[in-house]
Amino acid sequence: MTATTAPPRRGPASHARADRTGRRRSPVTWFRGGGLSNLVFMLPLILIFGVFSWFPIVRAVIMSVQETNLVSDPTFVGLDNFRQVLADPLLGKAVRNTLYFAFLALLFGYPVPLVAAVLMREVRRARGLYSALAYLPVVVPPVVAVLLWKFFYNGSPTGVFNTILGWVGLGPYPWLQDASTAMPSLVLAATWAGAGGTIIIYLAALTSVPPELYDASEVDGAGLWRKIWHVTLPALRGVLFITLILQVIGTAQVFLEPYLFTGGGPNNATLTVLLLIYRYAFQNSLGGDYGAATALSLMLAAVLAVFSLVYFRLTRSWSTS
Amino acid sequence: MKSTRQAIGLTLAGALAISTLAACSSGGSGSDDESSGSDDGKVTLSVVSLLPGSEQEAIDAFNAQVEEFEAANPDIDVVPEEYEWKATTFAPQLAGGTLPDVFEIPFTDAKTLVENGQLADLDEQFRTLPYADRFNPAILEAGTGADGHVYAIPAKNVYGVGLHYNRALFESAGLDPDQPPTTWDEVREYAKKIADANPGVAGYMQMSQNNTGGWQLTVNTFARGGRTQEVADDGTATSTLTNDGTKAALEWLQAMRWEDNSLGSNFLLDWGTMNQAFAAGQVAMYTSGSDVFTSLVQTNALDPSTYGLAALPLEGDDAGVLTGGTLAAMPATVDEAKKEAAIKWIDFFYLGKLVDEKRAVADAEVLVANDQPVGTPVLPMFSQEQYEQNQEWIADYINVPLDQMTSYTDTMFDLPLVGEPSQKTQEIYALLDPVVQAVLTDENADVDALLEQANTEAQALLDQG
Repeated sequence: MTATTAPPRRGPASHARADRTGRRRSPVTWFRGGGLSNLVFMLPLILIFGVFSWFPIVRAVIMSVQETNLVSDPTFVGLDNFRQVLADPLLGKAVRNTLYFAFLALLFGYPVPLVAAVLMREVRRARGLYSALAYLPVVVPPVVAVLLWKFFYNGSPTGVFNTILGWVGLGPYPWLQDASTAMPSLVLAATWAGAGGTIIIYLAALTSVPPELYDASEVDGAGLWRKIWHVTLPALRGVLFITLILQVIGTAQVFLEPYLFTGGGPNNATLTVLLLIYRYAFQNSLGGDYGAATALSLMLAAVLAVFSLVYFRLTRSWSTS
Repeated sequence: MKSTRQAIGLTLAGALAISTLAACSSGGSGSDDESSGSDDGKVTLSVVSLLPGSEQEAIDAFNAQVEEFEAANPDIDVVPEEYEWKATTFAPQLAGGTLPDVFEIPFTDAKTLVENGQLADLDEQFRTLPYADRFNPAILEAGTGADGHVYAIPAKNVYGVGLHYNRALFESAGLDPDQPPTTWDEVREYAKKIADANPGVAGYMQMSQNNTGGWQLTVNTFARGGRTQEVADDGTATSTLTNDGTKAALEWLQAMRWEDNSLGSNFLLDWGTMNQAFAAGQVAMYTSGSDVFTSLVQTNALDPSTYGLAALPLEGDDAGVLTGGTLAAMPATVDEAKKEAAIKWIDFFYLGKLVDEKRAVADAEVLVANDQPVGTPVLPMFSQEQYEQNQEWIADYINVPLDQMTSYTDTMFDLPLVGEPSQKTQEIYALLDPVVQAVLTDENADVDALLEQANTEAQALLDQG
C-alpha cells in the first residue's frame, strides 16, 4: 500500500478524497464494511415502500397525463386532465369547503388539545385516568366513531343531541341535514376523534419544561394564566408549530368524515378536495376518470408541499426554543 | 457468536424480503392469472351469493343450493362470494380482477362494458340453453353486443318500480292499509297524516345519495309523463331535465318537505340505508324496485306482516313505470372451461327454476325450508304465460304476503314500462343527487335554476359521446 512506501505528505482534504475514490469504491471493502448486511436488512423496507408508496406515486404521475380505464390501453393526453379538473365548477366548491373545514378545525380543533393538556398538567390526582379518557376516542375505530356520531346527530327531535338540547329549550337542529350546519358538525366529530393524540404529544412536551421555571415565576408573583403565557406556551413553541402544520396538512386531506357522514351532501356542502378525487375515480360504475383523479391529487400534493416549505421558511427562526 | 447472530438476522431479513415479494406478486394477479382447473381436474367457479350482512337462514338456503348443484356437477367447485353491486366499487373491482367469476350488473351498464371489451362473450354457451329463444327480446337486448352476441344474460330479476309502504304505520294514522294511495296527491296527504301521528317518522321519503337520488328522480319523472333525455336515430342525445315531469316531481317533494314536514329528518339515504330505515319503521312509504321485499327480509329483518306494495301512481300523458333489471356476466379474461361451468350455474341458480317445473319446486322447497321468501313479484323474463305457469308450480310454497301486494300485482302486466335512460345513465344520476338534496335541505332552493344547471351539465356529458 502507498502508506508503506515514502508517502508524499497529504493534507486532510486530499486524504478524504482518496478515501472516497479508493477504499470505499472497492466491492470488497464495501462488503467487509457490512454493506451487504445493511442492504439485506434494508431490503424488506425498501420493497414495502417501493411497492406501496413509491410505485403508486410514480404511477399517479404517469396516469395524470393519460386517459385510462385500467383495462384498455392508456392514451397520452398531455395536460388535458389538469385543464379538465381546473375547469370543473365543483373544484372551486371543494376547495372552499376544504378551506372552511381547515379554518373551523383550526379555530376549535387546535386550541382544544392544548387547553386540555395544560389543564391536565395542573391536575394533581388521577392524571393517568384523564390521559386515558382523552386518548380513548383515538382507540375507537374511525368508522365506528362516525356511526356513533351519526346516531347522536339524528335530526329528529328524538335524536340524542336534540333531546339533550331540548331540555334547555333549544333545537331541534338538523345537524348533518342542512348545508349550513353540516360542516361544523363534521369538525366537531373530527375534533373529538383527533384531540387525544395531540393531547398526548403536548403532555409529553410539557414534562420537559423545567419545574424551576414555574417555581421562579411563582416567586415573582405570577398567577396561573401568567405562568401559562410566559412559561408553558414558550416552552411548547416548537411542538405547537409542528402540530399546526400537521393539522393543516391533515385537514387539507379530510376524507373520512365527509365520506361517511354525508357523502359530500347535502347539495355538495361537505364536498372536499379528497372526496372530489374519490368521485372522479370511483363514482362511475363504467370506469372512473383516473386521469382527472390523479391530476387533482398531484395538484393537492404540490400545494401542500409549497405550503410546508413556506411555513418552515417563515418559522425557522421562531421555532427554536 | 456475533457472526451466528448476524447470520440469523440476515436470513430473517432475506426471508422477509422474499415473502414480501411473493405477497406482492400474488396480490397483484388478476382473475386472468388464475387457473380455472385445480389439481383434481375440477373447475373452480366463484359466484355471487347474497348481499353482505344477510341473515343466517338465507346463507343456509344458498349453501344448500350450492351443495345440490355440486352434487349434480361433480366437476365444478362453486365458491360463493357475498356481493352488492355498487357504482363506486364495481369498476375498480372489474379492473382489479376481484369480482366473482359470475357477477351481476344492472341493465344500463352492459352495453358500455361490452363496447369496452370488459365482458366475456357468452353467446355460444347461452345458445345451449333450451329456452334461449324464449326470452322477451327487449330484455335479452340489454345484454347483447353490437355484434348480436349475448354477453350478459338476464338473470336475477326484472323489476318495475313500485310504492312500498308500512301497513302498521298506515293503521297508526287511521288509514286503511288495503287502500294504498293511487295518486301523488294522495301519497302526499297520507304521508302528512302518518308523520303527524308518528313524530320522528317520515311519511314518505326518497333516496338521494350515491346516484340513487337521480335514479328515483327519474322514476318520479316518468310517473308524471316526463323524460330526462331524448336519443335521435343518429345516436345523438339531448338532455331534457327541464321537462315538466321532473319539475313537478321536485316541487311536490319540496312542498312535502317545507310545507308538510312529512319527510322525516334524514335526507341523505341511498338504496341500502333506505331499506334499513323502512324495515325499522322510520319511513312509511318509498319507491324502489318491486322485488326489494326479498332483500328487506334477507338483510334488514323486515316483519312481512307490516309490508305493503302498491302500483306507482301515474299521471299525465305518456306516464310510465321505470323498469330495470339485473344481468349475469363474466370478466373478459375467463377461459372456456369457466364459461361452460358458468352457464350451468346460471341455468341452475337463476333461470331453470323459471321454466322448469321440477327445478321451480326444488328451489322453492329449499327456500321455504330455510324460511326464505318465495313468490316476490317480479316482471316476467319470458312471457306472462310462462310467469303465471311458474307461479302455479310453486303455489304451495309461496310464503310472501301476496294479498298485501295486490295493488301492484293486479296491474303489473298492464304497466306502461319505460327503460332507464340509455346514455351516461349513472353519471347523470350522480349529478341529479345534489339537486334532490338541495330541494330536501334548502327551503329556498330554486327548482328551475337547479334543473337548468343540471341540464347544462348533463348535456355536456352527453356531448362527450
